[in-house]
Amino acid sequence: MSVAEVIPVPAEPVAPAALAVKKRAVSVETIGMTKRFGGFTALGDVSVRIGAGTVHALLGENGAGKSTLVKCIMGFYQPTGGQLLVDDREAVIASPRDAHERGLGMVYQHFTLIPSLTAAENLVISRPHVSAVINWRAEKRRLEEFMARMPFQIPLDRPVAELAAGQKQKLEILKQLYLESRFLILDEPTSVLTPQEAEEVLGLLKGMANAGDLTILMITHKFREVEAFAEDVSVLRRGQLTGHGRVTDLSRQEMAAMMIGSKTIAAVVQRVGEPDRDKPVLDLDGLAVVDRSGLRSTNIDALRVHSREVVGIAGVSGNGQKELAEALGGQLKPTAGRIAVDGVRYLGTRDETRSHQVRFIPEEPLKNACVPNMSVAENLSFRTFDEDGDRQVVWLRQGRIRALARSLVERFGVKTASIAAPVATLSGGNVQRAVLARELTGEVELLIVTNPCFGLDFTAVAEIRSQIIDARNRGAAVLLISEDLDEILELSDRILVMSEGRIVYETDRANADLGAIGQHMAGHH
Amino acid sequence: MESDIGWWGVLIAVIGGAIRVSTPFLFVSLGETITEKAGRINLGLEGTLVFGAMIGYGTAVLLSEAWVANALAADPTVRVDVRMYESAAWIGVLVAGVAGSIFGVVHGILCSFKRVNDIALGIALMLLGTGLAFYFGKPFIQPVAPDLPAIPLGNWSDVPQIQAALRVNVLFLIGIALAFVLWWALRNTRLGLIVRVVGDNADAARALGYNVNLVRTLATGAGGVFAGIGGAYLSLYYPGSWNEGISSGQGLMAVALVIFARWNPIGCFYAALLFGGAGALGPALQSVGVTQGTYLFNAAPYLLTLGIMILTSSRSRALAGAPGELSITR
Repeated sequence: MSVAEVIPVPAEPVAPAALAVKKRAVSVETIGMTKRFGGFTALGDVSVRIGAGTVHALLGENGAGKSTLVKCIMGFYQPTGGQLLVDDREAVIASPRDAHERGLGMVYQHFTLIPSLTAAENLVISRPHVSAVINWRAEKRRLEEFMARMPFQIPLDRPVAELAAGQKQKLEILKQLYLESRFLILDEPTSVLTPQEAEEVLGLLKGMANAGDLTILMITHKFREVEAFAEDVSVLRRGQLTGHGRVTDLSRQEMAAMMIGSKTIAAVVQRVGEPDRDKPVLDLDGLAVVDRSGLRSTNIDALRVHSREVVGIAGVSGNGQKELAEALGGQLKPTAGRIAVDGVRYLGTRDETRSHQVRFIPEEPLKNACVPNMSVAENLSFRTFDEDGDRQVVWLRQGRIRALARSLVERFGVKTASIAAPVATLSGGNVQRAVLARELTGEVELLIVTNPCFGLDFTAVAEIRSQIIDARNRGAAVLLISEDLDEILELSDRILVMSEGRIVYETDRANADLGAIGQHMAGHH
Repeated sequence: MESDIGWWGVLIAVIGGAIRVSTPFLFVSLGETITEKAGRINLGLEGTLVFGAMIGYGTAVLLSEAWVANALAADPTVRVDVRMYESAAWIGVLVAGVAGSIFGVVHGILCSFKRVNDIALGIALMLLGTGLAFYFGKPFIQPVAPDLPAIPLGNWSDVPQIQAALRVNVLFLIGIALAFVLWWALRNTRLGLIVRVVGDNADAARALGYNVNLVRTLATGAGGVFAGIGGAYLSLYYPGSWNEGISSGQGLMAVALVIFARWNPIGCFYAALLFGGAGALGPALQSVGVTQGTYLFNAAPYLLTLGIMILTSSRSRALAGAPGELSITR
């Protein structure tokens, strides 16, 4: 027995981790939960019971009311009507702080860690009570004891900024356990984890739940995860509870029907024709790019995309995909190597993109491909406003710009109040449609797409994927960089995996093996 | 002018100068470090420095005059105690710190409003601070205020230059201590961690239940105290009088110095010594008879600022160690 165990440390408040053994999982139930914003009902009369020690999936499309429900439980919103029961007793939760006191915790999709602080500092400062002077020796000892009981480990004394996305996600979960949350809400937990990491983390959490230590509510829109990890599922659509039950009693079709209702979704266009292997369009050779922090370097030894071919680059966010995309877009200057389009050196100038017909659909298009406060019409004309045939124009021809905008808005179904409205007023899906309309108009020889369907609903996703395949069928070379593995598998002729700034795996469509892809994403190669 | 130590005199004078000149740099940069760690930039510290110099000096002048008059009225033959003068000077330092905190808190509160830019507001406060100092400081240009006491650490030597160089002001020692305390506190106290949290990720700080604007306002206020005291050092010790050209941009350079020091309080101490030494180079060379290019040597701190900025810059890398919420790095 060590000295520390014999002599109690009276001055310091007891670290929550020390009490964890005594607490058990809690149940949460909403009864007729309703939330209105003005005339809009975001959540209407939703009753869900999440039993203690279970893993419960909350399924729904974007905008279905999942976040609203969860925010009402966590005290970010005050419900307009309805009751909340915690451990079968009525609870009024006025703020996130109240929720924490009752053992409710949430792991957000965006990270709430402080980048320059170490993992240990992040954990300690997240506690409601921290002594004025922090005794790091004692804290470290307690943290080590805590970590010893935890199912997964992360380095404690490195700044969080240096951790990979998956490790940050694990730290977010550890933080909730450290704060001894007994009811854990996970918001799209697998968006930054590899399939194996997801398996590991969710599997271990499920183990804790089944042991009666924890209750888990998992927000997701992936059926695969629901089936793999959850025992119960509740489905929301347009703020209404459209179904619930044991996962084992429901088929994917039934869940999909609850999620999207009766509307039919057009199947993605069929691919027509085979890749033209004799006609490489994009050719990277020994490309090296250093990211903006100057710490991580991305090295692409060789990458070719042929005409009528979709090359999908899979990988967990933050493994060099962004740097690759920015190098191709001319935003980052490569430190070495060569980018060639049609066999000619390519530097990303406007003249080059025009003569080679290179088009981009970057991630977060409102930020990276639009000028938010300029009108829809102006944004749609960025590729063409300054040219008239082969000549550069001096005076803009507003009539032509407006006519182009009107035709694109109609053809691509962009929902906007007017073509004169600022593009920032459009919803995410419509901004994406507008950018797609601009980039896919005219001849396209090379298309570089990053996470094109992030955060969009089923209907928009199907349309946008169809447009990409359509461009491919017309002969375009497409480089698709996506964190959504399903999307990669659906669209690609050839699949590459990036990990730690390198291409570590390549397979063609016919032989694609999810297990092997996942392993390479995780860096096991 | 001792000829037997020759060029050594330059080195000794530079070291002595570094100690004398660095103190205001040190105080202002420590104050700015606190402010920037919390996520705001206060360029107004130049104005705070000048105002602190004026009000510290003015307080010391008025107090010492009043006390001496009182003492003489009671007993016309009394010998005035030197400690009376020292107390007046210290009270001047205190008042300068309080005035600085007011400037800082004003900056902090105004920046808490939406769409108020900390840099633009800082420039406004810089001009306001110097303007107010010039306006209220007119009557104090002539009178002589008592000096802050210095500790002679050079008495072991019989070389007068060394003795002069090592007359160290108490504020310099306090500044060093503060640099180390601050360095320790930023990682070992709750307040230190809160300041860093607020400066690095405001959303996360809000999620943890901290009032971001309050923390920043207090941090800016604390920064103002430091700058005010730095100003009092200027007028009450070195150069030791109040005039309108007293700061010559030291407050602004101290802000640059924080970036050079990578937001590390101990780094601020070394950087302040370096800048102080550079500032002493011109006068030191003059003292050994180098008169050519005096103006150029006097510009050494400014050239150093430029040089350091160019040398530590990088075309591709972002600033390492910069608090994530600073408007210059976001």
